[in-house]
Amino acid sequence: MALPLALDIALRHLLHRRRQTLVSLLGVTLGVAFFIAISAMLQGFQRDFISRIIDIQPHIIVMDDVRQPPRQPVERAYPDGAVLLHSLKPREETRGLRGARNMLATLEETPGLHVAPALSGNGLIHFGGKDISVNIIGITPDQERKVTHIEKDLLSGTLDSLYTTSNAIILGEGVAKKAGIRKDDLINVVSPAGVMMKMKVVALFSSGITVLDNFDTYVLLKKAQVLQNRPNVINRLKIRLDDVEQAGPLAGRIERQFGYRAEPWQEQSRNVLSIYVIQNAIMYPTVSAILIVACFGIFNVISTVVFEKTRDIGIMKSMGFRDSDVRLVFVMEGLIVGVVGTLIGWLIGWMLIEFMASLKFEMEGFVKAQGFVLFRSPRHYLISGGMAVLSAALAAWLPARRASRLNPVDIVRGAG
Amino acid sequence: MSDPSPALALEARALTRELPGPVPVTLVRDIDLTIAPGEFVAVTGPSGSGKSSLLYLLGLLDRPTAGTVLLAGEDTAGSSPDRLADLRLARIGFVFQFHFLLPEFSCLANVEIPIRKLGRLGRAAARRRASELLEQLELGDHRDKLPEQLSGGQRQRVAIARALANDPPLILADEPTGNLDSRTAALVFDIFRDLAHTQGRSVVVVTHDSALAHTADRRIHLVDGRIER
Repeated sequence: MALPLALDIALRHLLHRRRQTLVSLLGVTLGVAFFIAISAMLQGFQRDFISRIIDIQPHIIVMDDVRQPPRQPVERAYPDGAVLLHSLKPREETRGLRGARNMLATLEETPGLHVAPALSGNGLIHFGGKDISVNIIGITPDQERKVTHIEKDLLSGTLDSLYTTSNAIILGEGVAKKAGIRKDDLINVVSPAGVMMKMKVVALFSSGITVLDNFDTYVLLKKAQVLQNRPNVINRLKIRLDDVEQAGPLAGRIERQFGYRAEPWQEQSRNVLSIYVIQNAIMYPTVSAILIVACFGIFNVISTVVFEKTRDIGIMKSMGFRDSDVRLVFVMEGLIVGVVGTLIGWLIGWMLIEFMASLKFEMEGFVKAQGFVLFRSPRHYLISGGMAVLSAALAAWLPARRASRLNPVDIVRGAG
Repeated sequence: MSDPSPALALEARALTRELPGPVPVTLVRDIDLTIAPGEFVAVTGPSGSGKSSLLYLLGLLDRPTAGTVLLAGEDTAGSSPDRLADLRLARIGFVFQFHFLLPEFSCLANVEIPIRKLGRLGRAAARRRASELLEQLELGDHRDKLPEQLSGGQRQRVAIARALANDPPLILADEPTGNLDSRTAALVFDIFRDLAHTQGRSVVVVTHDSALAHTADRRIHLVDGRIER
């Protein structure tokens, strides 16, 4: 059958029922538009957050920790025997990465990899009668700046002032705010080891990730070792890669080679990332529901047309239209609504995104943001369009099948 | 018309049509019938005598319970529904009591539909052919009007033009004058007679108007689904 003829008939049917056609068109349009806008918004926040995580945190952190408790000598002595240990008290080991210098040297030889040592521990800041518990991270600025974004996140001061000022400390913006500390203030820092130091705030940083800004402080590695009373100890190796995707496999290799726990960024942020899995699981059904409702509109309009056009269907068949030709006409009607609705929906979706992009507001949650972070992806357009057209065709298929099965004799006889 | 030896335009052999059900109803019973090219046949009979049912069987719209219809020598007993549809499209023209024009299409577009469906002519040629048919039926001035803007007689003539669109050798009409006044009805019958006698088509018209039926070449009178001689 000549496609234009089916198209011609389909179009005229739709134009004849202008109002119903518009309503079902609107359904598809809104479904597609919202799908695009909401996807752009949610994925925008997700991607922004993930890229910030990748940017701010080291891609891999090697910790002075092992995933499984060490095998006990008795287990090693009788590997095939049934050994049951009760009330085992493991040997007290000095915490810290043993042979850290060697590991550092080995890792530094790997191309596309930067590594920095750190000693991370708890501490307490005492200032103006307030005590704030913080995370004290001892770093070497020269190496650190290659591995994390701390230098870019500084609001005032420089990273090098850790070298130039004695007993210098850099605070997160949130820490400073809680205690009312400003730059150049002198504060007391106490460690669990009982060491107390008077330190000068040389800089503040804001990473945009609230947890970090509220707890992290930076000092020189040597100062941290003194504070924690752990001379020459390193308990973290921070690694940054040129290729972020390599973080997972490389972490596994490091773990096998050195025995220490190496966490890639995906694992460090697993809690947050898993929220996004849930978010997606909620988003897609919700947005799809809009499209499904739209499809009921299509089903409705085409069912009505089929009902109203019973006589025409009879006459088309008596003229020599095959069943499949009749089906084609009505499926075509669904497709027209689906395709036109999708095109308008794309336009409105795009306009919604641009409108949201023009809004500015301050927001603080997991991350800080000014306005909506939007992710514009042709995939959203393709998915929404594909779903809309496909479901429109499906919604049209059922009434179309009924139409094609009508018996022309019943129709012409009933009318005559 | 493309058939090499159309000795018979249409032949029915032992045609029977029953409606299944707890009490089966026989619409048409054991009918044998032949119609030659250029013959104008009227089918008459009281209401419920099976006139229309016979016409639908002859026009391949309905399938017989027993017996078969041969269209220009082709036995249609085992033909697929698609084949029957193709035969209707190319070789049979239907006219019904109600005009059954598609209301969204102009008269010209309505006549064009079967031509476009068959697809033998290009778009421009289809339009020319449809125009000519409307001219022949003296509807040239109304070609761009919608069916609802025409009178009953005019609509019926558009329907006849549409039935002729693909130049079919067989025209079947079911009470084509049922809704027309007697003068218009006579005009429509004149057209049918002309289609048979000057254009060589076979025309079968179902009617309950015995006066008009008498103007046909042959009359077939049905009672209770049987031919009464």
